[in-house]
Amino acid sequence: MKTAIRPEVAAEMIGEGSTLLVGGFMGVGSPLRLIEAIRNRGTGGLTIVCNDLCTPDRAVGTLVVSGQVRRAIVSHIGLNPVAQKKMMAGEMEIELVPQGTLVERIRAGGYGLGGVLTATGLGTPVEEGKQVVEVDGRRYLLERPIRGDFALLASHHADYAGNLAYVLTAHNFNPIMALAATTVIAEAEHIVPVGMIPPDAVKTPGVLVDHLLGRA
Amino acid sequence: MDAKEIIARRVAREIRPGMLVNLGIGLPSLVANYVPGDSGVYFQAENGVIGLGARPPEGMAEPNLTDAGGGFVTAVPGAASIDSAMSFGLIRGGHLDMTVLGGLQVDARGYLANWTVPGRMVPGMGGAMDLVVGARRVVVAMLHTAKGECKIVPECTLPLTAERRVSLIVTELAVIEPTEAGLVLRERGPGISVDEIRAATEAPLHVAGDVPEMELGA
Repeated sequence: MKTAIRPEVAAEMIGEGSTLLVGGFMGVGSPLRLIEAIRNRGTGGLTIVCNDLCTPDRAVGTLVVSGQVRRAIVSHIGLNPVAQKKMMAGEMEIELVPQGTLVERIRAGGYGLGGVLTATGLGTPVEEGKQVVEVDGRRYLLERPIRGDFALLASHHADYAGNLAYVLTAHNFNPIMALAATTVIAEAEHIVPVGMIPPDAVKTPGVLVDHLLGRA
Repeated sequence: MDAKEIIARRVAREIRPGMLVNLGIGLPSLVANYVPGDSGVYFQAENGVIGLGARPPEGMAEPNLTDAGGGFVTAVPGAASIDSAMSFGLIRGGHLDMTVLGGLQVDARGYLANWTVPGRMVPGMGGAMDLVVGARRVVVAMLHTAKGECKIVPECTLPLTAERRVSLIVTELAVIEPTEAGLVLRERGPGISVDEIRAATEAPLHVAGDVPEMELGA
């Protein structure tokens, strides 16, 4: 059984310069209480891997504003003008990755694969510096796996076995990131007794989850 | 009828019953307004839903149900929620019948640039590159010009979204099909002449026979 920890205890585990895989799409399906605790603690030099940098006032967007992010690997920063400004000023390194490539790179990291071959990005700035591989006469970019020190996930339900179930568009990157980090911390909207989540509804099996965030 | 409505109405006529369609944010999202509700069309949002519905009534938004622009939406009966790997598996695996995207430039090769203006606007490509590479049909829905400059050019000066010839370009002035031989003018906008379209278009246009005016439906 997993024990539930307080957000500030979870934040203490995360050291300066850690790479964090953070679930969520524009903050939907992001572990908001966990992110708030990291912001309060002020841990710096972070690398954030997330679909997007949200808005300056929400989710991972707040860590950009507080200057805790050294590097971001994301598909979109368009709704976070602070991130755009910091990137242009050279204060923050941002690697823009096509969304489908980003999720597959994380999946490769979590599934033990050496990389991904994809046609996405060919003939665009995404191709720069990458190996082009031909398979059966078709060209692909070799995209490398991504792993993190921590995966910070959000789910709708969790039980104390660590099983996670998601709803609607709050799945996004969460089930994929669950395999791709050394330590996995999950923040659920509801923690329910073991047995309440039907096995068929579990999208992230509890064996992957190291810590649950306690109820708000 | 304003320019955007002309474009949205014309693009809607490209959508056949039973298709799986992804609409980009902004102008392309207007297309859904002109697709009959009983057509069996499913709209996908790449953040993880197949069967996107209309905006929810005031006070009835579900925080865990948004579109790819982050706006609250509803889901239609028969909808499915999926993770991002499945969502892009649908897109990149050739399971998506059509995507409708906005454009900054399209060129004589039919290549699209729609994600960045270096040094000025660097929002990131989001899912656009995957959509253009993977969708079976790529329809570009955009105004013919921006700030007086034509968006249909001999060769894109902005970074490309993909090295793929798009299927169709729909503007308020014209429907243009990129082909191996170049851009072919297929239809005219309401009350617009072929000469007016040529004058407004920087890229060379092939014109064969009579070019009909676009039909926009009721």
